[in-house]
Amino acid sequence: MQFELRDLQVLTNKGFTPEKAKTFKPLHPFDRAVVEFLDVLSRKLLRDPIARQYPDIVTFAFWIRKSNIGILREDYERRHDFSKETLYGKGLVFHVAPSNVPINFAYSLVAGLLSGNANIVRVSNKDFPQTRIVTDAMEELLDGGLWPGIENLVTVVKYQRENAEWTALFSTICDIRIIWGGDETIKEIRKHQLQPNSIEICFPDRYSLCAIEAKAILSEENVATLAERFFNDTYLFDQNACTAPHLIIWVGDAETIEKAKPLFWGAVREYSGKKYPIAPIVAVDKLVAFCREAIGLGNVRREIDVDNTAVRVAVSSLSEEIQDNKSYGGYFNEFDARRLEEMTPVVTKKVQTLSYFGFSHNKIAEFLTQGNCVGIDRCVPMGKTMDFSLNWDGKYLVDALSRTVTF
Amino acid sequence: MHHGLGELLNTQPYTLDAKSKKRALDRILGELTVFHFENCEKYRRILEAWPYDAYKSPESLSIPYLPVRLFKEFDLKSVSDENIIKTMTSSGTTGQNVSRIFLDKDTATNQTIVLGRIVSDFLGTRRLPMIIVDSSAVLRDRVMFGARGAGILGFSFFGYDKIYALDDNLVPQVDKIEAFLEKHREEKVFLFGFTFMIWKYLLKEILDSGKTLDLSNCVLVHGGGWKKLLDQQVNNNTFKSALKSAYGLLDIHNFYGMVEQTGSIYMECEQGHLHASVFSDVIIRNPKDFSVNGVNSEGLIEVLSVLPASYPGHVLLTEDRGVLLGEDDCPCGRKGKYFKVTGRIEKAEIRGCSDIYAV
Repeated sequence: MQFELRDLQVLTNKGFTPEKAKTFKPLHPFDRAVVEFLDVLSRKLLRDPIARQYPDIVTFAFWIRKSNIGILREDYERRHDFSKETLYGKGLVFHVAPSNVPINFAYSLVAGLLSGNANIVRVSNKDFPQTRIVTDAMEELLDGGLWPGIENLVTVVKYQRENAEWTALFSTICDIRIIWGGDETIKEIRKHQLQPNSIEICFPDRYSLCAIEAKAILSEENVATLAERFFNDTYLFDQNACTAPHLIIWVGDAETIEKAKPLFWGAVREYSGKKYPIAPIVAVDKLVAFCREAIGLGNVRREIDVDNTAVRVAVSSLSEEIQDNKSYGGYFNEFDARRLEEMTPVVTKKVQTLSYFGFSHNKIAEFLTQGNCVGIDRCVPMGKTMDFSLNWDGKYLVDALSRTVTF
Repeated sequence: MHHGLGELLNTQPYTLDAKSKKRALDRILGELTVFHFENCEKYRRILEAWPYDAYKSPESLSIPYLPVRLFKEFDLKSVSDENIIKTMTSSGTTGQNVSRIFLDKDTATNQTIVLGRIVSDFLGTRRLPMIIVDSSAVLRDRVMFGARGAGILGFSFFGYDKIYALDDNLVPQVDKIEAFLEKHREEKVFLFGFTFMIWKYLLKEILDSGKTLDLSNCVLVHGGGWKKLLDQQVNNNTFKSALKSAYGLLDIHNFYGMVEQTGSIYMECEQGHLHASVFSDVIIRNPKDFSVNGVNSEGLIEVLSVLPASYPGHVLLTEDRGVLLGEDDCPCGRKGKYFKVTGRIEKAEIRGCSDIYAV
């Protein structure tokens, strides 16, 4: 069969053809050449003054250093008994990266590489500098001919959403399809069938929460730093990343909560006010969201605040419907609880990240193991919601993207 | 319900100074707030969550401003279905939801009366021969019969011997217009149309066909929004000077209004300022915190109208940007606030991994 490379922008691995992509022989996870390549890429990015201007690139570059990959490898090795099994990549992974988180494509690619696969990554059509910087750096390394084993593993492409024939083609030749992004994207991509023996991993729309121990706010010396961490979890990506909390659970007695809220939100407003000016459309969208929620839920009350940085709407009881009332750009539901366990009614399968402040690791562990929650895939301290992990949405990616041979 | 309106309906539209107008509007808008609170469950929920006490002594500035978009998402009404005589819809562009506005007999009647009082302040009380710069198909076509049809019907009240300037295919009928102008050369002729239609058909198409018109004896009233024209770098000044130099048309009045508050429109005076009448008011709000802006400071336009009695649309936050220019002291002599509209708020580019459909 002949495929014409029409309207396809190949950002890395310029010699890409679908035929070549199919002939790849899978590697073991954490292949030495792959780990070396990532380490060199890391150093290249960290040396580049332009790349260093992007905190998300810097975080990514640190994440793919050999020392960090070593830690991930140890974790992987603990999970397996290599006297009875060995793992190989599945083959070819087709990644559909989200349209609005620039660096996500790189993490998805690395997860595919580390599990021993060749990869075709479709990146957003938007012209993100981060995409260009990372793919240019990769292409420069590969161009030197020093990485003959790697170049066919890392194909990053771009094409218009309307050119569905590319999605169709990559879906036919891949062994695994990974779809990041919302429910609508998943429905759209699923119109294109996979081969019977291929599998799919989807990351659909999720809902995330944040639990705060009110007492801990009162005793916190540096609320400003805490506000910065909360900002990174929320406003930094318009509160529209799947990890961003939309519901804040305040735990404590009424009086303490009453004192803690203004301290916390005052600091958030102080920090966000400088970093995240509220565009008029965001202010109006949040007002619409509030009216919609008032009409829909009926048990809500808006907090009167000095400006539109954070629109906060208190709910007097928790139900699943709260999840349908999320907005973006600083719109929060709040619920006052005596105990952490009171949040259980809202913890459905859709709930992804619980970020927390003021609770010990043990307290969170106790809640998760005894609480019988159907949702929550990860718990992280406030400020860490965007940290990528090979364990995502409750799936350990290296295992999910590889084949285990037992003997 | 309209117990409070009677007296105001007999007031000349631009005669109350700030203090007397505030007294009248605070009372009527306060009564409307209570009425809608008691008769529209959705409105009641919004006020309770706002939170706002509908029964406290009314102050127009503090009455909750509902975002106009709500009328696209919800059916909001304060009268029972059997009392609704007309449902108006905005002429939304393809794919967008349209607003649905429910009118009872009183509200519809008052809209007509108030529009009459406002427009006659500019056109005089005598009816004028009228040229409608549109196609009569707009009124025949049920699908298109939205704000455009309603606007034409509303303004037709001020004209007689009406003709449509465009045929069913929107081709300008120059011979017909000329004959009409000749027939009425002793009178002032009233031109009415939507801003974009005036620009595209009455101006561009006729000039492009190598013809011209003498409209020096006409008065033009136009509205409907500037979005399409601003995209083409045409603003009110370009618009006016183009019509002046092409056709000698000098007497031009833009108006600002919306289907959610039909009737109490804001007309442009000889100074080029949009005016609030005694039946309406504008408040410019700072998008940062929704506080009230003073003169010469751009913000979101909130519109207040004494008319919406069958639906809770008496106090609305629009998605238009505007600037308050002054109050009671426009050189044209009209009392009340005067302002200009500077555009619409821009859509947002949202980051994050979820799909975004809003706006």
